[in-house]
Amino acid sequence: MMHNEFTVVEGDFANAGKASSEIKKTLKQLNIDNQKIKKIVVAVYEAEVNAIAHAYGGTIYVDLDEEKICVLIKDKGPGIPDIARAMEKGFSTASAKVREMGFGAGMGLPNIKNNVDELDIQTEIGVGTEIKMIVNFNS
Amino acid sequence: MKITDIVKVLDAQVVVGREDMDYSINHGFASDLMSDVLTLEEEHLILITGLCNNQTIRTAEMANISVILFVRNKQVSQDMIELALENDIIIISCKYSMFKTVGVLYENGLEPVY
Ligand SMILES: Nc1ncnc2c1ncn2[C@@H]1O[C@H](COP(=O)(O)OP(=O)(O)O)[C@@H](O)[C@H]1O
Ligand SMILES: [Mg+2]
Repeated sequence: MMHNEFTVVEGDFANAGKASSEIKKTLKQLNIDNQKIKKIVVAVYEAEVNAIAHAYGGTIYVDLDEEKICVLIKDKGPGIPDIARAMEKGFSTASAKVREMGFGAGMGLPNIKNNVDELDIQTEIGVGTEIKMIVNFNS
Repeated sequence: MKITDIVKVLDAQVVVGREDMDYSINHGFASDLMSDVLTLEEEHLILITGLCNNQTIRTAEMANISVILFVRNKQVSQDMIELALENDIIIISCKYSMFKTVGVLYENGLEPVY
């Protein structure tokens, strides 16, 4: 069992991907299957970008055991008014700045869903959003 | 195609990975949209892009892509160079447009992913 935490800062695009990168290094050291590693790091990276782009930063909690990795991304953002709509491919409220970074096509949440085995999104308007994702190593 | 051949046909420069000129790659994917790159299952490819910032390198890192080709003489920052070195990513830069770059590479046998 391993626990780790990372802080994500609002608007800090230069450091977007740091948490995903650390997670990737840890999983590689543990000799986890490369395809499983890619799934979780792609999902965490998209979620990290979302916390930076759409929320006011937040914290990433990583829990790891032999069977799975569980990543919880908690932000203190504006919340998501309509999750079903946000999950649709192509829906985006991204700013020009976010599009300049190579994101903002409304593909992040669908990408996340495609890559993880379990996804749970809790959100409250004006309070923030919690995205929990799990990838099983033995499935 | 070997890196050395890509460099030759595009009159390009290797920014990171000068010792990997013999590294060979069969597929190419061109996009400025990193979310799109992150949907790819194929990994052994060269990413051709005009998007030149830390996110390009991070995306390649997460997607296990080992070669990035920047078009239109994009300036690669020190930060990007360090990220690429840390992740064994080769960076090439050329002055051609995206259109001409992919045309030349296609003509020389680089294959599309889809
Ligand atoms: N953490 C978040 N906080 C608030 N809104 C969010 C968050 N994540 C996603 N969203 C909303 O969902 C939309 C779709 O997200 P996503 O699929 O990642 O696409 P993109 O980031 O390219 O806009 C965003 O444009 C935004 O409106
Ligand atoms: Mg997104």
